[in-house]
Amino acid sequence: MSQLLEVNNLRVQFRVKSSMVSWLQKAETPFIDAVRDVSFKIKEGETFTLVGESGSGKSTLANAVVGLLPTASGSINFMGDDVTQMPDKQLRAYRKQISMMWQNPTGSLSPRMQVGDAITEPYKIHNLSDRDKQQEAKRLLNLVGLSARFQDRYPHQLSGGQARRVGVARALALNPKLIVADEPTAGLDVSVQGEILNLLNRLQDDLGVSLFVITHNLNIVRHISDRTAIMYLGRFVEEGPTDDIFVNPHHPYTLALLSANPEVTNVGALERIALKGEVPSLMHRPSGCEFHTRCPFAQELCATVAPVGIDFGFEYSATCHYPR
Amino acid sequence: MSKATDNVLSIRNLSIDYATQEGSLKALRNVDLDIPKGQIVGVVGESGCGKSTLISSIIQLMANNAKTTSGTVFFEGEDLLTMSPTKLKSLRGQRMSIVFQDPMSTLNPVLTIGKQMVDIQYRDKRSKSQKRQRSADMLAQVGIPDPASRLNQYPHEFSGGMQQRISIAMALQAQPALLIADEPTTALDATLEVQIIDMLKELQSSIGCSILFISHHLGVIAELCNQVVVMYAGEIVEQGPVSRVFKSPKHPYTQKLLECDPASIAKKTRNLPTIEGEIPNLSDLPAGCIFTSRCHKKTAQCEELKPKRHAVTQGATEKHFVTCHLESL
Repeated sequence: MSQLLEVNNLRVQFRVKSSMVSWLQKAETPFIDAVRDVSFKIKEGETFTLVGESGSGKSTLANAVVGLLPTASGSINFMGDDVTQMPDKQLRAYRKQISMMWQNPTGSLSPRMQVGDAITEPYKIHNLSDRDKQQEAKRLLNLVGLSARFQDRYPHQLSGGQARRVGVARALALNPKLIVADEPTAGLDVSVQGEILNLLNRLQDDLGVSLFVITHNLNIVRHISDRTAIMYLGRFVEEGPTDDIFVNPHHPYTLALLSANPEVTNVGALERIALKGEVPSLMHRPSGCEFHTRCPFAQELCATVAPVGIDFGFEYSATCHYPR
Repeated sequence: MSKATDNVLSIRNLSIDYATQEGSLKALRNVDLDIPKGQIVGVVGESGCGKSTLISSIIQLMANNAKTTSGTVFFEGEDLLTMSPTKLKSLRGQRMSIVFQDPMSTLNPVLTIGKQMVDIQYRDKRSKSQKRQRSADMLAQVGIPDPASRLNQYPHEFSGGMQQRISIAMALQAQPALLIADEPTTALDATLEVQIIDMLKELQSSIGCSILFISHHLGVIAELCNQVVVMYAGEIVEQGPVSRVFKSPKHPYTQKLLECDPASIAKKTRNLPTIEGEIPNLSDLPAGCIFTSRCHKKTAQCEELKPKRHAVTQGATEKHFVTCHLESL
């Protein structure tokens, strides 16, 4: 499999309000790092999953990759071209290759647009007016398992699962190489969730598209993804093949996440690792290892020295002084 | 059935219709539900199964087109359906309160947490500083460090998990008899979810309230609740102690639901199980069992005859009920 996307040391910053006084004193930087020093690769036909709590920078990273947010430093290489350096015209071509499934399926569809128009709008935006819209709408709906009747429906006439499918259909319109799916199953029942995930898996097998999935539902990660990254405070703390991470996690945060996952069967079988304290604010990042304030295994070194990534081979790494 | 006095909430034969253009939509049908004192009862079911309608009928804030066609809802011995609006208003937020799914949209973004927590105590005849103290105590109870000074902060200055804990603190401030939690952990990650669950358990035992907990997440229900109620298309299909229902589910729908839970599938698969078919049209109900169209075990009698509620375990102290023909033998 060849490399599709390669992100190197990516940093995304947001400006925060700072008082005039502190500005004059140059006391604090008026920026927070929502994403800091993130590197990863996605191969063709691969599913890459990003896990992390709300506010850890998952969606920011996704938006930066799609080219919707300016980056502060680092590079995003897509099939050999650096997205961060692209002029607008080239960016537009890039966005044809990569498409987004938004977090809120009904919210991301215009309430005044029929499904058929919504899913063929990408053709309009990218000046592909020569295509037969009727025919294309039918083809796309068929791909995601909806009947052609849905063309004339409005978003409020769709159920949550159907709206997701329409979102997938729209994402597929331009035959993208990569689909970024932000929480594709949030708020769905287990049965409908299974349907959507099966659909994504099937489309990947049929069309060879790569998937970049963002989620905080660990139960689904195991079944859909090839590689997984765990994000904490805008950094990757662990990244590697999904199967290995689930069998033998190295970073304490990953360990805590996996042990915290409530299950129906064998309740309390896994010894739960409780995290103390609160998620620190991005404005005041902890010294040393940023996880040390909550880490149950933290030692003196962790509070002062930032750990570097440890490579366990086979593209597996964790950022911790004392990996498990 | 236990005596009504042991139950904080006791719903009998409740049916609710919505008037729509296509005719009346029967959103809830013949629901029987008890919430015993000091117990946590979980409700699971797909979207559209009537969970929200159930909540709105308990707090008696129903949509304009909703009509209660039969039944009673007894709360602490009084029927909410025949209660005067003034009396109802005095119950809400005092004796029963609710925590919603998204804390950021529950809390007012332009008022400080302290202001909001003091405001909702408007019924109490105490001084403002006493009310503030009480709010600070409550925040401490839900594990917010340095509560007195954090009362001066705005909702956006708290993390998602903290916001949800604050809304729980607000809901429990008046020491209600019943707390309704509508998917309170959906927006949180696994570690925070566990924090909230542990905290709810702790608060429940210290305050002694009952909790009606609604969630998609079967694992959370298994961990937190004493009893579970499985709803499908406006009916309760199975209910009983969590350990019993999840360990040996009797209704085909409950069985399917548990099979579909990706957490319960040990082997990695790219083809997850689903429940075939869709929820039947609630304005044109089938004659027989409501689950027939999607059931993998249906017989001829299921299509024609409505199943009755049966006790699965005779004589046991904790009852396990199922509404299915297969169990009537």
